[in-house]
Amino acid sequence: MLNRRNPQLNQHGELIHLLSIEGLPRAVLTQILDTAGTFLSVNEREVKKVPLLRGKSVFNLFFENSTRTRTTFEIAAKRLSADVLNLDIARSSTAKGESLLDTISNLSAMHADMFVVRHGESGAPHLIAQHCAPHVHVVNAGDGRHAHPTQGLLDMYTIRHYKRDFSQLSVAVVGDIVHSRVARSDIHGLTILGVPDIRAVGPKTLVPGDLAQMGVRVCHDMAEGIRDADVIIMLRLQNERMSGAMLPSAGEFFKSYGLTPEKLALAKPDAIVMHPGPINRGVEIDSAVADGRQSVILPQVTFGIAVRMAVMSTIAGNQA
Amino acid sequence: MRIAIRNGRVIDPASGRDEPADLAIAGDRIVAIGEKAAGFEAERTIEATGLVVAPGLVDLAARLREPGQEHEGMLESELAAAAAGGVTSLVCLPDTDPVLDEPGLVEMLKFRARKLSRCRVFPLGALTRRLEGQALTEMLELTEAGCVGFSQVDVPVTDTLVLQRALQYASTHGYAVWLRPQDAWLGKGVAASGAVATRLGLSGVPVAAETIALHTLFELVRATGARLHLCRLSSAAGVALLRQAKAEGLPVTADVSINSLHLTDVDIGYFNADMRLTPPLRQGADRAALQAALADGTIDALVSDHNPVAEDQKNLPFGEAEPGATGLELLLPLALRWGADRGLSLGRSLARVTCEPVRVLGDVLGSLASSAGRLVEGGVADICLFDPQAEWRVTPEALSSQGKHTPFAFGSTGMGLRGRVRTTLVAGTIAFDRRP
Repeated sequence: MLNRRNPQLNQHGELIHLLSIEGLPRAVLTQILDTAGTFLSVNEREVKKVPLLRGKSVFNLFFENSTRTRTTFEIAAKRLSADVLNLDIARSSTAKGESLLDTISNLSAMHADMFVVRHGESGAPHLIAQHCAPHVHVVNAGDGRHAHPTQGLLDMYTIRHYKRDFSQLSVAVVGDIVHSRVARSDIHGLTILGVPDIRAVGPKTLVPGDLAQMGVRVCHDMAEGIRDADVIIMLRLQNERMSGAMLPSAGEFFKSYGLTPEKLALAKPDAIVMHPGPINRGVEIDSAVADGRQSVILPQVTFGIAVRMAVMSTIAGNQA
Repeated sequence: MRIAIRNGRVIDPASGRDEPADLAIAGDRIVAIGEKAAGFEAERTIEATGLVVAPGLVDLAARLREPGQEHEGMLESELAAAAAGGVTSLVCLPDTDPVLDEPGLVEMLKFRARKLSRCRVFPLGALTRRLEGQALTEMLELTEAGCVGFSQVDVPVTDTLVLQRALQYASTHGYAVWLRPQDAWLGKGVAASGAVATRLGLSGVPVAAETIALHTLFELVRATGARLHLCRLSSAAGVALLRQAKAEGLPVTADVSINSLHLTDVDIGYFNADMRLTPPLRQGADRAALQAALADGTIDALVSDHNPVAEDQKNLPFGEAEPGATGLELLLPLALRWGADRGLSLGRSLARVTCEPVRVLGDVLGSLASSAGRLVEGGVADICLFDPQAEWRVTPEALSSQGKHTPFAFGSTGMGLRGRVRTTLVAGTIAFDRRP
């Protein structure tokens, strides 16, 4: 039937919110990555500030706790000279029974210019973007299993930094893909940027066959999944999935799918190893790999600040 | 009152009558159709040129949200919606607060509905106390109070021993059991498993949630002989199993909702919570199978699955939003749309919302069974007059129901539908009249 226009683009096709990577034109992605490149140097200067968001208020709304992601958004916003307010909503208003949209209305009345939203339910940032004032921008900082677009973009930035050209790459995403918003955003980003070979690797409980509908090759065998890969993205295994009906134990998962130096040897010699953090050593990744020469886990964090600066400055410059 | 309906196109799906004719009503009965109505002296004459004169619609699934959920909908507003939709009889569901598991509650509901005289209300009683799936309700007492069957609505009985006993007991007394086939555990997701749920990161309900339940139910029907009505089928695989069961001669009937008949999971778009429904919208092949099964009679009836949901329960992230949509006023145009898409005659389209649902209800309607959902001389005057060409848009203002959320109202303009009710009569009394 009828689907409305992609809600994160204005009528000129410019990005006004960042809700998901899915459906964004390649040019929009490339432009954000290019902009992020220019911000990298800012982060290396003695005075790490540019005035692009001076006078603007950025509200970090974290309905789900995440100190790390919130911190990177806070740093990014401050380096753009914005005023940043952190609201730990997980422990305040919703606990008092206030509805999501009432919370948003109240905060809008405080003249917020941008909401950075993390929420446990897929689609919550879409709902907020639909209901906030037209001048307010929304950045999805992770919603349910749906999307974590800034993580996806920083992963794309990292891959481009080390591999330059997307069009010849084999990328393996390994672990709990069905519950992972990072995996979904990575898969969309890789697809849009033209990666021809994307593999989703893990047991059937975490990588069900329907994932092939996203345009990936589903592999239940680790060796097959990472053989000759240029990029290996390891996902974090959440504690609650380590024992129960999804997996019998963390140890058994490590045995089949944990990335060890021996398994890594199956990939291309110059393959890079990525992880969105925080890592579980000895669960999805061996310390020797996490700290090894092929690991780019820490550069990912550095690039993450620049990419978030690029996202915030881009959407703040576009009008609904 | 003596009412004459002149110059309408009289369609009686049960007999196949479809011709210009007059219709005479005295008291609560139709006294004459066609030439015999010529000399009828009426106190009121309804001019029906260009209108279809059809039996009032019979909806096998509507929530009225009373008792207990009056903020979502009220008997008065929802029965007004029924009348505005041409629905003259409806089956309401027992998942109210408190649950319809005691005769007193059923009597009260029937009494209040009768006082409003907008629509006949036939409650389903709870199959188990508080719908908890453990202890049986007093089905005999509930039937005497007015229940037409017994249901668990959306709460599957997980204990198959209890389910078997419930079917045995209901079958002892000849009561029909109305169940939606859904496995309790596989059914926990918020959208149908498939590409859309995978992409949006919504937890999925696989087709197996429906087919496993159907296999279980058919086995128990074979063992107990219980009369089973399957509510809201959603999948092509479910339709195939139902077709086999009917071919085998099992005493089963089934319905499908207007939502599953016309929509798919793709319509969820960007997390549109109006598409949050139970059962969840499935894929195009499922919709095609449901449409075909309704046409060939494998599925007996089309239902509104009316469920008014308040604004604050819908304005939530998709997975947290309350499932359900308003539907009573959309049943007629969406039945017509389905029929038109398949090239069916008006009579055949209307059969699925008139005489066929009455056949599903059967003897439990008592004296009504022979004339509800039909236009027959000497039968009850439950009548729906509608303009089959009138186009209208599904907007909140166009709906009488307190529930304004429907998948068919998306966008600012609402979806365009054809076919609008002009006048509804229940037992010879005008329950609804729209100014032309």
